Amino acid sequence: MKKPLVKVDVVGTSSKKTKNNSRRKFIKMGGLGIAGSTFLLYGCSEEEFNPGGEVETPEPDPTPDPDPDPDPVAFDLGSGDVGILNYAYALEQLEAAFYTQVRAGDYYDGAPQDEKDIFDALYNHEVIHRDFFKAAIIAAAGEDNTLPDLEFDVSSINFDDRTSVLETAMLLEDTGVGAYNGAGDRIADETYLTLAGKIVSVEARHAAAIRSLIDPTGGYFAGDDIVDPSNGLDVARDPADVLAAAGGFITTEFTANNLPEPMTGS
Amino acid sequence: MSIIKLLDEFTSEKLTTKSSSRREMFSTLSSFGKKAAMAAVPFGLATNKASAAAFFQENPAVDALQLALTLEYLEAEFYMKALDSGVLNGNQRAMDAYMQISKHEDAHVAFLKAGLEGAGATPVESPTFDFTAGGAFDPFNDNGIGQETAYAQLLALAQAFEDTGVRAYKGQAGNLMGTAFLEPALQIHSVEARHASEIRQIRGVEGWITGNGDNAAAPANSETAQNAYAAVYEGEGNTMQGGLDLTTDITYASEIVGDLNAAVTQAFDEPITAEQATAIASLFIVSDSDGDDSDG
Repeated sequence: MKKPLVKVDVVGTSSKKTKNNSRRKFIKMGGLGIAGSTFLLYGCSEEEFNPGGEVETPEPDPTPDPDPDPDPVAFDLGSGDVGILNYAYALEQLEAAFYTQVRAGDYYDGAPQDEKDIFDALYNHEVIHRDFFKAAIIAAAGEDNTLPDLEFDVSSINFDDRTSVLETAMLLEDTGVGAYNGAGDRIADETYLTLAGKIVSVEARHAAAIRSLIDPTGGYFAGDDIVDPSNGLDVARDPADVLAAAGGFITTEFTANNLPEPMTGS
Repeated sequence: MSIIKLLDEFTSEKLTTKSSSRREMFSTLSSFGKKAAMAAVPFGLATNKASAAAFFQENPAVDALQLALTLEYLEAEFYMKALDSGVLNGNQRAMDAYMQISKHEDAHVAFLKAGLEGAGATPVESPTFDFTAGGAFDPFNDNGIGQETAYAQLLALAQAFEDTGVRAYKGQAGNLMGTAFLEPALQIHSVEARHASEIRQIRGVEGWITGNGDNAAAPANSETAQNAYAAVYEGEGNTMQGGLDLTTDITYASEIVGDLNAAVTQAFDEPITAEQATAIASLFIVSDSDGDDSDG
């Protein structure tokens, strides 16, 4: 069984290269601290990586990889609607993995029943989303074009601590909402657009529920920090931004070099 | 059917006369809604015939925005009246929620109006609303139903409006594809879902929809209320997604907690058509056509 080597390239729009070393930003995997209200993290890697179409001769590596991979080609999410589906699948994998861990932690164990019920539901929904995407992408594009099962490092989250769990859940759900909202205009097939719509509103329901566990007052379920009070619009985020935010938890590397651009530029 | 004929039918339809029972009206609306949707006419037109020609241009995106605007008018007025009614007094979480939601719905009205005008269309005018639905409800305690019952109805109606809004925006996404309005419409759509989740939780029910709305009660026991609620949630119990029955066609890699069918229906919100959204909203719209065919 080949180990998938996957990298998240968050600079899809940057094609400038230095002469000797194509130095691209990669998301640093693992070891992410949840500090304050952001888990956005960009890391840099000296590693050479060539997305499809660009051929370079790599310079000899002075420190040989102790665990050489026979197939170093990272999985790319792909282009067109399949790319967007894989992108969504990555996020759903992360959410499902997170809630699986939540339900195994001490916070959940000692939580009041109404909070347990919420986490049971969120776990269920994300597992269903995840496994649905897997089946749907395989059916549409074949197994080779379907994002492999990702591995995660959630060691930065204290699953015994209510605040750590809730803050992370909020960030994941708000990020999910923003990701789907920002992806809609990149989808070509109306069926997939509707499917994304069926899921994003459930993510928004989750986000509101989690936010009200954090603070049930002051309209925090749709707070001014996430819904622009001037126009009443929720967040919409670009894939590069979302992958940077989510990538800190993802240890499997993959690229997102061919995702479609917005159709209307909105 | 010509647009003029359709409009005439709309304004003269029995459903708009005050003498017909609301129950009858509701079922009539369903059939009328089909005609309206087939002609791609947003129902807000009925309140202002003269503006019809201005935006009836076979433009599904404009029609989608007009429908959205009419639903936002309904929500904005509902929350404003709710906050003015005093029925929320003593319920801080509900008060906070209604204030936040009211702010968003007002912003949505302004945003959609500006968007339509920017696209060269004339925004529909706000219909006249009757949130008692002809006396079926008394959410603002105007008719003396009592604070407690009014409060329960106020929440139940808010839930119905929000869940309908979520479904209606979702149903219009396809009509907005390839336009600059798709992304903002999606951004409104998810805000409506946040609202729905909070209102449902204030009611003491889950933030998501199980089956055909099985996990939340209608605003009243009357047949009108039950029928209206059934219409709001019709089709939510769908388990087919992308050609797969998610209750039978997938072997889940992680164990689902509790009832699989319930979880599957919760995990996906379902769209409604313009026709369905129209039928639901029209229960709360008073036609001003009786003896008044002027421009409004």
